[in-house]
Amino acid sequence: MEEKKIPIRVLIAKPGLDGHDMGAKVVVRALRDAGMEAIYTGLRQSVDQIIRAAVQEDVDVIGLSVLSGAHLGLAEKTLKKLKEERVEDKLLILGGVIPREDVPRLKEIGVAEVFPVGSLFTDIVAFLEKAVKK
Amino acid sequence: MNSPAEIKDRIKREEEIWRQECLGRKAVPEERSTSGLPLKIVYTPLDLDLIEFSEKIGFPGKYPFTRGVYPTMYRGNFWTMRQYAGFATPEETNRRYKNLLAQGQPGLSVAFDLPTQCGYDSDNPLIEEEVGKVGVAVDTLRDMEIIFEGIPLDRITTSFTINPTASIILAMYIAVAEKQGVPVAKIGGTLQNDILKEYLARGTQIFPPRPSLRLIADLIEYCKDHVPKMNTISISGYHVREAGANAIQEVAYCLSSAVVYVEEVLKRGMGIDEFAPRLSFIFSCGLDLFEEVAKFRAARQLWAEIAKEKFGARDPRSMMLRFFAGTMASCYTAREPLNNIVRATVCALSGILGGVNALHVTGYDEAYATPTEDSTRMALRVQQILAYETGISKVADPLGGSYYLESLTERMAREISQVMKKIEEDGGMLACIEKGKIQQAVLQQAYETTKAIQKGEKVRVGENRFQAKDIREPDLALQKADADVLRHQVESLRRVKAERDEQKVREALAQVKEAASSAQNLLPSLIQAVKVYATNGEMVNALKEVFGEYKEAGNL
Repeated sequence: MEEKKIPIRVLIAKPGLDGHDMGAKVVVRALRDAGMEAIYTGLRQSVDQIIRAAVQEDVDVIGLSVLSGAHLGLAEKTLKKLKEERVEDKLLILGGVIPREDVPRLKEIGVAEVFPVGSLFTDIVAFLEKAVKK
Repeated sequence: MNSPAEIKDRIKREEEIWRQECLGRKAVPEERSTSGLPLKIVYTPLDLDLIEFSEKIGFPGKYPFTRGVYPTMYRGNFWTMRQYAGFATPEETNRRYKNLLAQGQPGLSVAFDLPTQCGYDSDNPLIEEEVGKVGVAVDTLRDMEIIFEGIPLDRITTSFTINPTASIILAMYIAVAEKQGVPVAKIGGTLQNDILKEYLARGTQIFPPRPSLRLIADLIEYCKDHVPKMNTISISGYHVREAGANAIQEVAYCLSSAVVYVEEVLKRGMGIDEFAPRLSFIFSCGLDLFEEVAKFRAARQLWAEIAKEKFGARDPRSMMLRFFAGTMASCYTAREPLNNIVRATVCALSGILGGVNALHVTGYDEAYATPTEDSTRMALRVQQILAYETGISKVADPLGGSYYLESLTERMAREISQVMKKIEEDGGMLACIEKGKIQQAVLQQAYETTKAIQKGEKVRVGENRFQAKDIREPDLALQKADADVLRHQVESLRRVKAERDEQKVREALAQVKEAASSAQNLLPSLIQAVKVYATNGEMVNALKEVFGEYKEAGNL
């Protein structure tokens, strides 16, 4: 008998004041179409709110959508908070306007993967399916 | 002698012969416009048959204004070339404006940072990374005084890209005028002030919809009596289009929003002609040239009909859809960025051939940078070359009469009306937004388009087709957060707070809350509050206590 796969749970979040969330929303749709359970936080989330939602929803992955250039600071804050709350097993991925040259540093500090504007849905899905242990 | 009926029959026969001789049994692929309208291989006078010239097309400057809002359009007076730009501190903004004025540009455009737009003060630690980033930080009247220091408000007009806090910004502008000794009746400009599109696509909303509409109506009413030269609102389709809506939805959602605003103001007993002449609109200019031109013509025609038939307007100025447009940045690519100059040109062309009244061309580096001097200059050059070197401005509505364009205009008008009718049936634009219906429709459209791009079905030259092998995307040139700007603003604000009369501020804020809790127009109490240097955040918080905060429609 084939084992029923437990769906991967992903929280997609918009930190800060930026109100452009169509990118975040279409990724949520794509993840759902791929059989994952994706939740969108809505706008103007603080890092604390994001972590709290991630714990409450018991997600496997947190995805931050950042277009403001504040990605390094936000990634650092989020990873620190994940550690504090003892939920470091949750993966952190980033999407949005992220300069190529910042990707190595982001991965160094613990970001699992970066998906800048133009990333294919299929790539995001493939990465998560591989990276999340279920 | 050939009667019209005989001519028609002859053309019909000739078309049939053409089909048989030239097309034969060849399978011709079907084509649709970008928003999905089926397109014929070619159009003929027979396609004009159904469209009444006098009723639907007419002359520029006359109802239904399909061909343009002014009789001679650009002959003598080009559209306004208004490039949107932002600067970090009030002092820098003042310097830049003085430069522009010296260069002969009497129209200023103010971009505000996100904290200002969303009602947070620069000293709020939650938002410190955003201070001065996408525009100028304005915390109190002091900042507005600095921005317009040495700039007489009766000699310029100012466009403010501000929405939920538009009344606060207007209150400050009025206070500055009074300090300068300029009669408030002489100041003019435009306030964006369109809250519905914030909920849909732009995201700077603060309060829930109903109190937000009240604020907008308060502003329109106040300006009717005290600031008659101010364009009180710029009802926008641009943002929802960039968020994924198609050209038909862009106009339908925009005009349906306009209906909400007009109805809100009419509820107060004002006559339509008392305020409608000061309504303005914002659209996008896309790449599907003919569809875009048809869109603008259809939009003008529909608004004229709505103003006259639905609202009983008598003043032709109430029926004139005047619009500002920006070239669509979402069609730009990061790869091979100079290609975007071509895209910018086609988009700008669609606006000009479509009768735009003011135009912004987006810089070619939009996909990866905050605009540089080079890309800003290039953007302005696109406008200037089209204006001065091509001759397209010499004739009003130059594409009018094209069998294709007239047919497409009529079809667009019909499709837009259908969408608007459905919205009315579902309770109106406000109800549809509250139920999340519009958001769903836009997201669906955005998702389909993104998938089509990722599959290569929607071509983006250089990016998903004809990719050059050894060219890579340019590096992102992002604006780094400037610690100096934050420090400067925080210090500025600290000084204002230290020097103001706290008692007066407390009283003024109490007045604001009282006015908000009653049916009083909020402008007088806001003007009083800004004059005693209450901060943007303080005034917004006072209003939040009465109005509450917006909660996004749950289900994605």
